[in-house]
Amino acid sequence: MEQENIAYGKARVGRQLWKMKLSLWWKAVCTNTRLFREARIGMLGLVIIIAFGVFGAVYPWWIRQDISVYDPVVGFDDTITRHPSAPTLRHPLGTDMVGRDILSQMMSSTRVAFTMGLVAATFTASIATIVGAVAAYYGGFVDTVFMRTANILMLFPFLAFIPVLSAMMEITFLRFAVIIGLLSGFGGATLIVKSKALGVVNKPYIEAAKVAGGSNFHIIRRHVIPNILSLSFLYMMFSVQAAIFSEAILSWLGFLHIRMSWGIMLYSASRAGYLVGPQMTRYWWMWLPAGVGISLLCAAFYLVGRGLDPIVNPRLRRR
Amino acid sequence: MGRYVLRRLLQVVGLTFAFITITFIILQAMPGDITNMYISPEIPPEVRQALRERFGVDQPLLSQYARYITNFLRGDLGYSFRHYPRSVWDIIWERLPRTFVLFFTATVGYFYLGFTLGKIIAWKRGTVFEYTTTVGGVFLYSLFLPMYALLVIWFFAMRLGWFPVSQFITPRLWRGVEVTSNTIFGYIILSAAVFIAVMIIAMVFGNRVSRTRKARKYFHLGIGGVTLGIIIVWWVASGQAVLAMNIFHHMALPVLTLTTGAFAGSMLLMRDSMLETIKEDYVMAARAKGLPEREVRDRHAARTALLPMVTSFTLAIASVLNGGIITETIFSWPGMGQTLVKSVQTNDWPLALGTFAFTGIFVLFAHLAVDILYAVLDPRIRY
Repeated sequence: MEQENIAYGKARVGRQLWKMKLSLWWKAVCTNTRLFREARIGMLGLVIIIAFGVFGAVYPWWIRQDISVYDPVVGFDDTITRHPSAPTLRHPLGTDMVGRDILSQMMSSTRVAFTMGLVAATFTASIATIVGAVAAYYGGFVDTVFMRTANILMLFPFLAFIPVLSAMMEITFLRFAVIIGLLSGFGGATLIVKSKALGVVNKPYIEAAKVAGGSNFHIIRRHVIPNILSLSFLYMMFSVQAAIFSEAILSWLGFLHIRMSWGIMLYSASRAGYLVGPQMTRYWWMWLPAGVGISLLCAAFYLVGRGLDPIVNPRLRRR
Repeated sequence: MGRYVLRRLLQVVGLTFAFITITFIILQAMPGDITNMYISPEIPPEVRQALRERFGVDQPLLSQYARYITNFLRGDLGYSFRHYPRSVWDIIWERLPRTFVLFFTATVGYFYLGFTLGKIIAWKRGTVFEYTTTVGGVFLYSLFLPMYALLVIWFFAMRLGWFPVSQFITPRLWRGVEVTSNTIFGYIILSAAVFIAVMIIAMVFGNRVSRTRKARKYFHLGIGGVTLGIIIVWWVASGQAVLAMNIFHHMALPVLTLTTGAFAGSMLLMRDSMLETIKEDYVMAARAKGLPEREVRDRHAARTALLPMVTSFTLAIASVLNGGIITETIFSWPGMGQTLVKSVQTNDWPLALGTFAFTGIFVLFAHLAVDILYAVLDPRIRY
């Protein structure tokens, strides 16, 4: 009878605890949303990102019209005699010098940019969080090893590394995203996350958890990581931008040969000589869409990051 | 503190070797070697083999590595394959001043712009001015640099014709002149250094000259004006002012591009740092004293908020030596960045490794300097 009572009590408390947690969580979501909406720049960024998302999602319907004409890589429009052709209703952003539709290139590149950015950012954020927490918690030798690794990776000879890598395997955009994510995860992002984790590790509740007999793994998982997660999330936004940018720059320099991306679009237009002198204004549709795409999407992620800043860093809030 | 610095110095030495080793392995793993430059099939295999032997690329990797490291310790970076009789040091010394002058100017420019705008938008928080400056700055910051640079060239150099399209000097102007462009770059750096040194001395001794702020201001302006005047007279008298102006004329567009494109980063850093200091008690005390707003902003809040800017500036200055690959390629500015790309593309590994090592060491020391600087400037941090 007594045991039943205890079990009943446990269940009751358990359910209430669960409810309490849920309501606390919901409250946090509400406050953070309010803070985010207060910073209007974050909302602006979010709107742009959603617009790009819709733009990329339309892609399958757009190329379904006629796959042989609208394919972003091997398409060709034989009803037009001279390529590149100026924007028409059939090709709202014109065609490039080999007769491919620029709008469908833009759409497919948007999907590439999104996937690449998110994959790279996920890798960066999760590695930086774990390494930062572990380095700050253990300190000493572990810390030194990770921090010096980060220093070296920040100097990493990327330009020479990409040709080596492409000799060993085909660099698809997914693999490229993973490489960028790994490099910046162990590199620059770790330094920042670790400095935040150092502040957490010295808090009294970590001491309390140790006294209560929590294992190192338990303390890192339940007490350190949740407190630095918000900062990692913020850096995720910035590393999306970094991934899109570095792909574009490396493609532009001709070091990277992925199938289709904004960088590749600009690279091929510049290689064919459409980006010099008077050609630039005459054939504006060859470079403007891709350039605007890169700039706008990067700016949007950056703005969202800025909007998240006051949530992560309470000292930036208005009093 | 002393022990900490010593330990970090040892780590920097170790890191330098690790960095050189990794870069060596990657460069060696790159497909092909320097003989790929002579792609013509008419070259018989014996000649190709002779070339390989001459450059030493046929030897086992380990012995190449050992030889490189021993030479590196003696301060010898070897010879470039592509510019064969010239040594790597020779090439670095030739390219470094160009890169340094251009990127140092641009870095100082965008940090100054970012600092000024950052403190203003933090002060005017929540206004339309803050909103537009932030959004505008972020969009400029995320503009795809090659495209932005080409647009700038198209507008200012082709449409308006105000500035030269590319290169760093006008060859026609320099044809009959005995001095090399590097001498002029050297004098430019020297003049800037003299000016900065005089201004720092004037700042230090300013307090002794007069107690009132107005008199000090005139004192600084006077000293600065006189020094600048002497420097300009010297340039004109030596007849090299035209050459220096020619270089500045070519520098204008890259500096404009870099400054407008990059100021947002330092602006937002300054803003965040300002927002934290604004809440401090001494800022309120300064206000309560009845000081003018400008005074409170510039002398009380902005000074303390400068700390993160100092560290970020130190790191930026260290990577100045790297140059900007994109900027240098598009403006055809033959500096370190272009050297790096070209040497990697042509498998000229001694030049590539030498450039990587040279610039890398500076960045490593800058990281060390930042950590020490933090400890010196912020009394709360102790090692």
